[in-house]
Amino acid sequence: MSTTLPIDQMIDTQRGTISREIFVSPEFHAAELEKLFTRAWLFVGHESQIPKPGDFFVSRMGQESVILCRDSRGAVHVFLNSCRHRGMKICRYEQGNTSLFVCPYHSWSYTTDGKLQGVPLYRSLYEGVLNREDWSLIEVPRLACYKGTVWASWDAEAPDFLTYLGGAVDHLDQVLDCRDGRPGGSEVIGVHKWILPTNWKFAAENFLGDTYHNPSHRSVDMIGIGPSGEKGQRRDNEYNKGQHVWVGFPQGHGMHSVWMPEQQEYQPGYAQYPEVDEYFRHCFEERKRRQGDKARLMPFTGNLFPNTSYHGRQPRGLCVWHPHSPTETEAWRFFLVDADAPAAVKDVLRRFYMRYSGPAGMTEQDDMENWLYATQSSMGTIARRYPFNYQASMGAYKTNDPIPGDVSLQITDQTPRNYYRVYSRYLKGDGWDSLLGRDLQPIQRAAE
Amino acid sequence: MTAVERLLLKQEIEEFLYSEADLLDQRKFRDWLDLLAEDLVYFMPIRRNVKFGQHDEKENTRQGEGISWFDEDKWTLTKRVEQVLTGVHYAEEPLSRVTHMVSNVRLLDVTPEQVTVGCRFLVYQNRVEYENYTFIGRRTDILRRNGDSWLIARRELILEQNVLLAKNLSIFF
Repeated sequence: MSTTLPIDQMIDTQRGTISREIFVSPEFHAAELEKLFTRAWLFVGHESQIPKPGDFFVSRMGQESVILCRDSRGAVHVFLNSCRHRGMKICRYEQGNTSLFVCPYHSWSYTTDGKLQGVPLYRSLYEGVLNREDWSLIEVPRLACYKGTVWASWDAEAPDFLTYLGGAVDHLDQVLDCRDGRPGGSEVIGVHKWILPTNWKFAAENFLGDTYHNPSHRSVDMIGIGPSGEKGQRRDNEYNKGQHVWVGFPQGHGMHSVWMPEQQEYQPGYAQYPEVDEYFRHCFEERKRRQGDKARLMPFTGNLFPNTSYHGRQPRGLCVWHPHSPTETEAWRFFLVDADAPAAVKDVLRRFYMRYSGPAGMTEQDDMENWLYATQSSMGTIARRYPFNYQASMGAYKTNDPIPGDVSLQITDQTPRNYYRVYSRYLKGDGWDSLLGRDLQPIQRAAE
Repeated sequence: MTAVERLLLKQEIEEFLYSEADLLDQRKFRDWLDLLAEDLVYFMPIRRNVKFGQHDEKENTRQGEGISWFDEDKWTLTKRVEQVLTGVHYAEEPLSRVTHMVSNVRLLDVTPEQVTVGCRFLVYQNRVEYENYTFIGRRTDILRRNGDSWLIARRELILEQNVLLAKNLSIFF
């Protein structure tokens, strides 16, 4: 695949400048859908949403509706939500349980493993011509279930999911593992879906470790909405003794995490809820016992290339930014708790998530405002002539020190510079060796 | 209760709801908080697309479990008011222009202590220059008698949207 877009002029990660065009132009939007969303691993949903055979959850991959489904034998599938006959959306319920997806248009029906079963008047209209086996639902060629989360790629040649994640897996684990360090064990307790008039990359970038935007959340810090209810912060400060790290990986992932001191001790939180504090104290000690040195890594936010963001602890969830157009995004946030956490703990967490996150969240409302007006005021002819600045902490990172990846110990644009370097490779249609950054030797070794 | 008493009560409740809406539209947020009972439940579920016959059971998220748009108490609403009043809550700075319309008022249940009121809401929000949002839905309030006025003890807001067609829910309903 080749492209006529002047990608290298638009995205100069050496100089730290990126054209506003990539945030507003229909050409870049079309190139993203064609060359990026058809290849990258995308988050689709969580197995806790489809626990039983026949369970389904309708999700999205980029601009398209897909069905996440557990078939009658228990296997997980992801199908394009479109009838093979004339394209009707075969499922317009958000989730449920079924033995058959019946298209409302001409009543073609499909089993939960995607096979075309019912074709009305088959004998008189199609006998000898239509071979049912050729007209199954369109299924993703690549699917991965990782600690409850389900991911898919439309590229049959895509590397396996863990190779794609590289060293970022250590950080994702901090989101998906039980708070007491057991692997996996989370469940989705609800999904927010909303429309925001912004380019999707503003949101993704925010989670790449843009800690620099903290002042825009001043109002919520001033009033204090954290589980301890203290003024001066919007969540409990459990990381005050840790070394903040901003980490990038050659596959484009980036995050803000914390590397805690060797002899870390539990930082009390949840002051309004002593039994929840006690629970998290227990989890902290258990996690330290189970994971040893690995337990020093704690999560803030991150973005797994291209459009799956996370919050690791307060709050805790995965957020997917689905492009509708260059200037409109549909956001889906999946909120997570440990499935076996006590009911009182889950209740405190869900209440905190709701007041922190999403369109009704006191913190994220200010993000939405920023992203909207950053998009809108970049659309003008004159505005488009002037690139954005990504020069923070140029070169100020070490590789694999103190943890794997390109690690900055200060707020940095290194994670977005890295992200857009990978982004431009997708838009140029590079092969997987390039998309995985296999030419970037130093971090390559750590990541695989 | 005689028919006349009921009519007068309905009139009184309507006046209360209109005045309450006016406090919000006039941005008298602290005065509005004074109308909320200390044990207030303020709830707006997320609406889901479900199969015919499953609406009662599955259409709306439930109060007290999982994730809704709002499932909160007076403490949280007070925080929201404090946040707007910081003057640096950029999602509401500058403040939006908002009008609350209340209609279809019906008394659903009347006891000596409290009244359950059903109504429809239409909330129009205009923000900065070009942002326009319209929130329409059904509302059920429980109003508790408080001297010669009322306290809102429970507010349930059934917004007629699935994917939220607004970037934020930064206003009060």
